[in-house]
This record gives sequence, C-alpha cells and structure tokens, in this order.
Amino acid sequence: MTPILRIQGLEKSYTPGKPVLHGINLDIGAQGITAVIGPSGTGKSTLLRCINRLVEPSAGAILMDGQDLAKLRGRALRTARRRIGMVFQEYNLVERLSVMENVLTGRLGYVPLWRAWLRKYPQADIDRAFALLDAVGLPDQATRRADALSGGQRQRVGIARALMQSPALLLADEPTSSLDPKTAVEVMELMARLTGEAGVPVIVNIHNVELARRFAIRIIGMTGGKVVFDGPPEALESHHLQQIYGGEDWL
Amino acid sequence: MSERRAPFPTNWPARIGMVVALIYVLYASTQLGITGERLLRGFGEGGRFLARMFPPNFERWELLLEGMLESMQIAVLSTTLGILLSLPLGLMAARNLSPIWLSAPTRGFIAICRSLHYVIVAILFVKALGFGALAGVAALTVASMGFIAKLFAEAIEEISMKQVEAVRASGASAAGVLIYGVVPQVASRFIGFGIYQLDSNLRNSTLVGIVGAGGIGGTLFAAFKRFDYDFVCAILLSIIALIFATEVISGRIRAALR
Repeated sequence: MTPILRIQGLEKSYTPGKPVLHGINLDIGAQGITAVIGPSGTGKSTLLRCINRLVEPSAGAILMDGQDLAKLRGRALRTARRRIGMVFQEYNLVERLSVMENVLTGRLGYVPLWRAWLRKYPQADIDRAFALLDAVGLPDQATRRADALSGGQRQRVGIARALMQSPALLLADEPTSSLDPKTAVEVMELMARLTGEAGVPVIVNIHNVELARRFAIRIIGMTGGKVVFDGPPEALESHHLQQIYGGEDWL
Repeated sequence: MSERRAPFPTNWPARIGMVVALIYVLYASTQLGITGERLLRGFGEGGRFLARMFPPNFERWELLLEGMLESMQIAVLSTTLGILLSLPLGLMAARNLSPIWLSAPTRGFIAICRSLHYVIVAILFVKALGFGALAGVAALTVASMGFIAKLFAEAIEEISMKQVEAVRASGASAAGVLIYGVVPQVASRFIGFGIYQLDSNLRNSTLVGIVGAGGIGGTLFAAFKRFDYDFVCAILLSIIALIFATEVISGRIRAALR
C-alpha cells in the first residue's frame, strides 16, 4: 500500500540545541487510525502540528501527494492545509460563532472571501454541513452559539468542522483528553466511523492506551522525541509501555 | 512552640509609602495658601454666584439648541471617523497578530494620539484649520483614535489563539482567519468601546467650543464672559440632560450586547 504521508528525518527544536523531535521517520498508510502514544512533553503535538505547519519544522521532509509540506509557503501551503483536517484537545471552536458557522469554517480554504464574509456559502456546502451535523448527532444545534454546548457536543462539532474540509488526512491532537470516559469512547467511535466511511486516514495523539488499542490499527510509541515502538495493537506489550512511559508501578 | 508564626508578612514599603504620601499632602496644602479664611471667602462668592444662576433662563433657546445640535454632530462625526480609523490601527498594533516592525510604530503613533489632551489638540486644529466645527471634529477624531485603537489592540492581544489556530488549520487565508477567528472574539468589546467613546465625545464636544472649535462650548463661554449666569445655568442643565439621556441609551445597548 502506498503511504499517503511520508515523514523523513523530521526534527524540531523550539530553542536551538534542545530538539523536541529527533529525526522522525514514518510512513502513514492511506487507511485506518494510527495512534501516537507517549508521555506528556515528548513531542506528539509538535509532530502533528509540523504536518499541517502550525509549527515550523527545523529540518526534514513531510511528503504528501508528491509535495514536501515542510517547504510550502503562501497559497500552496493553504491549499495543502485545507486537505488536512484537525481536531483539537480543547475543541478550539470559535466560541462566539454559531455551530453552523464553525462547521462552515472548514470551507474557508475553498470559498471566496466575500462568500465567507456574507455567509453566502454554496448550497452544496450548506447541505453537507447539515448532513455532517446529523451524522455527529447534533441535528438541532446548528444555530446555537458554540459556547453554549457541552464538551462532548463541542468535540462533535470539531469533528464535523474537520470533515467539512473534505480532508485527505485527519489529525487529532488528544481529542478525548478533555472528556469524561464515556463521552471519550463515544467521540472516538464517532470519529472512527465517520473517517472509516469517508476513507480518511487518521493520526491521533492519545493518552488513553486502552482507547488506542481499541480503535487503532497501528500504534506508534514515542518517548524523548523518538519513535520507540511501531506496530499493531496486539504487539504492544507491557515491556513496551514500560519503555515508552518509564517505570512499571503504574502498570 | 513559643513563637507565633505570622500568617501575613508585614509590607514595610507600602507602610513607608503611605506615611510619605501623607506628609506630602500636608506640605502641599501649606504651600498653596489654602487657609480657613480663604475658604470662607470662596464659599461666600460661590453662594452669590449660585443665586444669580437661578432661575435658569431659557429665553434664548434657539441659540442653545443650535449649539447643542452642533455639539452632537461633532461628537457623532468624530466618533464614527475615529472608529473607522481605529479598526486597522488596532489590528496593526496587536502584538500577537502583527509583526514587530508594524506593531511597534503603530503603537508609537497611537501613543502620540493619546499623549496630548484633546483640548490642546483642539487648539492646534483651530490654529491650523480655523475656527469652527471642523477643528472640533478633527480634534475629537484624534482623541477617539488614540483611545479606541489602544483598547482594541489590547482586546485583540487577549483573544484565544487556539480558536485562531483552528481557523488557520482549515487552510483559511489571513483575511479569512481575521473574519472567522479574530473578529468574532472582539466584535462585542469593540462595539462597547465605540459606544463608550460616543458617550465621552458628547461630553468632550461641549468643551472644545471654549477654544473656538465649535459647539455649545462657545455659547457657554460667551455667556460666562457676559455674566449671563442664568443662561449659563440653562446651558449646563441642557448638557446634563443630554449626557443622562445618552447614558441611559448606551447602557441599554451594552446590556443587549452581552
């Protein structure tokens, strides 16, 4: 299977001489969920944010569709970004906008500015936004303000917004860490189902190893800015977890 | 345990500062020749002055109305212009969105707009543009720009960058990020600043006339000089009524925005 994303020698240091990522090499397949696990501060978020360039990589290449994302600028970068959806830990909805406006934010990379400004989106986009809101289980919330929603509802809007981009790849940065355990499972199930139906591969940073095992087809374990485990969930054993997180008393 | 532990440390610098301030206040009051006798004389004059103000004289109501309308027009015009100019200035001055080479000079410009009192600016414009409402509008526009642009820039610096990041991640252009990520977060505060500035410009526009920049202030000053204290009283009552009315209206608008 040809990978959709190929990361080669990716490095990032926020302060010179203190790299957060040490030469990451990864190929991400065109299907299924890839879970990245690892302790806090090990560079998981940085890895994800380097892919859509919310963070500037220090060195290395990120190849997608034959383009090196790490070298794109201006319009080319925005065109690449709109094909990469992102779901955030704290949902990052624009709180003062309505749910519908937040979902349509996913079209900002496609529609002309005046249309976005006047809220004159093409009917096809609006139909699709309603369909996505139905799919994430919020059929009656389109006109509510985003800050009126609960955490679980907000993350559902976040997923709808990301899918509204018609993404070729979805990045999810700790999408369940701010949610209660039951809602976390529901949100993961929703994300897995919708991306599965749309055939969109997902890279998800996740703290909950059990959730990672349950939903991912591949697990990447990181520690100290390096990949130390890469394999299917069945292959992940306690000595791997010990290596990833350190210690063993918590196991 | 023989010693009691102090739950709050003694703040010696604050205590010393208070004592020094008190001493200076006492010293300053002796320097200005404010004595009991002088106070009594002042109060006597004040009583006579107040007696001449009543009853207020509304006979020259046409002159009064003309001045009040001109003041209101100065206020509305200068507020509108100030708001329009503050939008780009505030954005350019916000350090979280603008590069330093843009934000630093813009902040400097805003600081200059703010540093001179609007009456001084009005005098400058009267000298430059001549007597009349134009000078008043120009002076209050500069004052509004300084005030709103500064508060607007600060409001933008306080926005949640997470929301901005999410909009940016969708592939939106810089203008798209502005419209969808920044403006929704600051719009209601910006409208609040605008209304507040209209409030204070209505007040300020009654004063610029004293230096010849149009509005009711000129009428008021003339009445003072002619010792028409009953007409002065009528003007003051009209100004108070106008400010009260705008406070009520703007309070309603602000409450509706929340």
